[in-house]
Amino acid sequence: MEIGLGHYLTVAAVLFTLGVFGIFLNRKNVIIILMSVELLLLAVNLNLVAFSHFLGDMVGQVFTMLILTVAAAEAAIGLAILVVYFRNRGSIAVEDINVMKG
Amino acid sequence: MEVAIVALPLLGALIAGFGNRRIGDLAAQWITSGLLLLTCIFAWVVFCDVTFGNHPRTIQLFTWFDSGTFKANWALRMDQLTAVMLVVVTTVSAMVHVYSIGYMHHDKSVPRFMAYLSLFTFCMLMLVTADNFMQMFFGWEGVGLSSYLLIGFWFDRPSANAAAIKAFVVNRVGDFGFALGIMGVFMVFGSVDFNTVFAATPGQVGHSFHFLSWNVDILTTLCLLLFIGAMGKSAQLGLHTWLPDAMEGPTPVSALIHAATMVTAGVFMVCRLSPMFEYAPIARDIVAIVGASTCFFAATIGLTQFDIKRVIAYSTCSQLGYMFFAAGVGAYGAAMFHLFTHAFFKALLFLGSGSVIHAMSGEQDMRKMGGIYKLIPITYVLMWIGNLALAGIPFFAGFYSKDSILESAFASGSVVGHYAFWLGIAAAFMTAFYSWRLLFMTFHGKPRCDHETLHHVHESPWIMLVPLFVLAAGAIFAGWAFVHYFVGDQAHAFFGNAIVYAADNDILARAEEVPEWVKLLPLVMGVLGIALAYVAYIQKPGLAGSIAKAFGGIYTFVFRKWMFDELYDRIFVRASKALGFGLWKGGDGAVIDGCGPDGIASATVAIARRASKLQTGYVYHYAFAMLIGVVLLVSWYLIGAKL
Repeated sequence: MEIGLGHYLTVAAVLFTLGVFGIFLNRKNVIIILMSVELLLLAVNLNLVAFSHFLGDMVGQVFTMLILTVAAAEAAIGLAILVVYFRNRGSIAVEDINVMKG
Repeated sequence: MEVAIVALPLLGALIAGFGNRRIGDLAAQWITSGLLLLTCIFAWVVFCDVTFGNHPRTIQLFTWFDSGTFKANWALRMDQLTAVMLVVVTTVSAMVHVYSIGYMHHDKSVPRFMAYLSLFTFCMLMLVTADNFMQMFFGWEGVGLSSYLLIGFWFDRPSANAAAIKAFVVNRVGDFGFALGIMGVFMVFGSVDFNTVFAATPGQVGHSFHFLSWNVDILTTLCLLLFIGAMGKSAQLGLHTWLPDAMEGPTPVSALIHAATMVTAGVFMVCRLSPMFEYAPIARDIVAIVGASTCFFAATIGLTQFDIKRVIAYSTCSQLGYMFFAAGVGAYGAAMFHLFTHAFFKALLFLGSGSVIHAMSGEQDMRKMGGIYKLIPITYVLMWIGNLALAGIPFFAGFYSKDSILESAFASGSVVGHYAFWLGIAAAFMTAFYSWRLLFMTFHGKPRCDHETLHHVHESPWIMLVPLFVLAAGAIFAGWAFVHYFVGDQAHAFFGNAIVYAADNDILARAEEVPEWVKLLPLVMGVLGIALAYVAYIQKPGLAGSIAKAFGGIYTFVFRKWMFDELYDRIFVRASKALGFGLWKGGDGAVIDGCGPDGIASATVAIARRASKLQTGYVYHYAFAMLIGVVLLVSWYLIGAKL
């Protein structure tokens, strides 16, 4: 079986959906939200690489490299915020984080 | 000089009113009184010139209104009718000003009082010198305002404020009629100038105008509307309820405004408008009926009251009734004559009772007086003179005027005239009775006040007694001296063209020819009334009380003033209060505030509260909202692209 563009996109879509559900259905831990966000980024990266390959255009892969670095930085900052938050509040349970409630 | 008569009281009012505490009590008293005495002298000079010199004139001052066809001037119409009012108003006012120096000397705001008195005098003079309806209306409202201010002069007393408001509101009812009358006059005649209107009046006889679905006679309607104004100002039956309550004001005010001058403005107006009333016989009959009924009705109430000032107030109301029925049967001269004499003796009675109240340390209830005639002999004698004049005892002022009124009523020969005559006779009897009841209860018998008050009883100072002497002289001589001019053989020459009689109105001539018993009857009734009062209050002091008890129901009915206050309270006061309350709570509170400011505010709060519920504070909710947004945007973009 020839593995075509559709397969790649399907995998990416599955990953993206997993990420979304990871954000919404998760009630326990903020770290899981961060991991889900990474998953979303990965799904998008996969799409970019797949299109780049099938269209024969390298720009997509260059973008992917950029996104990966940015995602790494973002994950570092996110985790750092999380550590500080834990120190201040003593909890990183998602239910407890509602300071912005109106 | 004519201008000075009107301007000097205004000047006095301005100086005393705006100077107030800066110029001090003494200056305010002497400036206003001095100016008024000067005015009074001028007024007598003008009076002699206009009436005896037969020199009526009109002085145009300025234009007031000049709008299209509507024109009204400020003018001083100095004819005989005005001249009579001028001397009445300025004389009584000057005496009251002087008297007030003594009576009000320990009051806290003397300058304000003097300013109000002078302001009143100015407005009254504007009223009587008017030569058009507008200026008359100005004076009319001006005296109403001054009356309101003076009744409520002691504004720290709730009862005085209530009385002032009552006087103002009841007068508004009358003034509404008056204003409608003026508008009607302008509509029919196209002018508010007296001369123009009077000249055009005969042409309107028998004409009628269409109102809603009726055809009403023009002159009858106009005269009745104007008469409603007179009823309000002169406290006639139905609109009389404010006058007794107005006694809450200081006594000099009662003497000046509520006895001698303002309340007679209605009578003056009817006489001034004699050229119109002469052509409206139905309106005149109604004037006579209202006058006669008031005359009788007020006298009955006067029999039962215990407040010395209220007795005199009802007496005033009753005497005004006499004047109105005199005008109603066409004897305008007799009405003006009674107005003239009444001003003197009623002001005397009021100021005399003020002197009594002054002596009794402010007590007004006759049940707590008695036995003080030896302590205040001068006041006692003066009160006798006033009451003799009021009861119509021969050779005192009231005798001439009251007799001429009753004779005219009898001589008119109509049913209305006889109704007025018999009620007038009954009122004459009651007048004599309540006057001597007042004298006996106040001055005779055993003292009923407490020891301390009795100890303080003292004759009033000279500054209060001298005005009383002047008024007493008026009460004794005014009738005898002027009877020929007002109602006698020289009446037509005296009044000239100021009072117009229709061609068939020879009432004054016929009044001379009434049977002898008609002439004697008022005197007999007066003497009987005095005798009965003597029996009931001196010989058998318990008699009055047992009569009152025997006729308990009637007595209570009369004592409570024929239940007029209760009736009006039921019908008008409570209804308008309920209406006002309903509009306040329902109309303003519920509808306007509910839909307006309050409603919008509470709606904003409610919406904002809902909107803030959207802010849960959970990150994933915000993320979800963003995602939904993205999905919607993308779908819209895709679908939009396809379409």
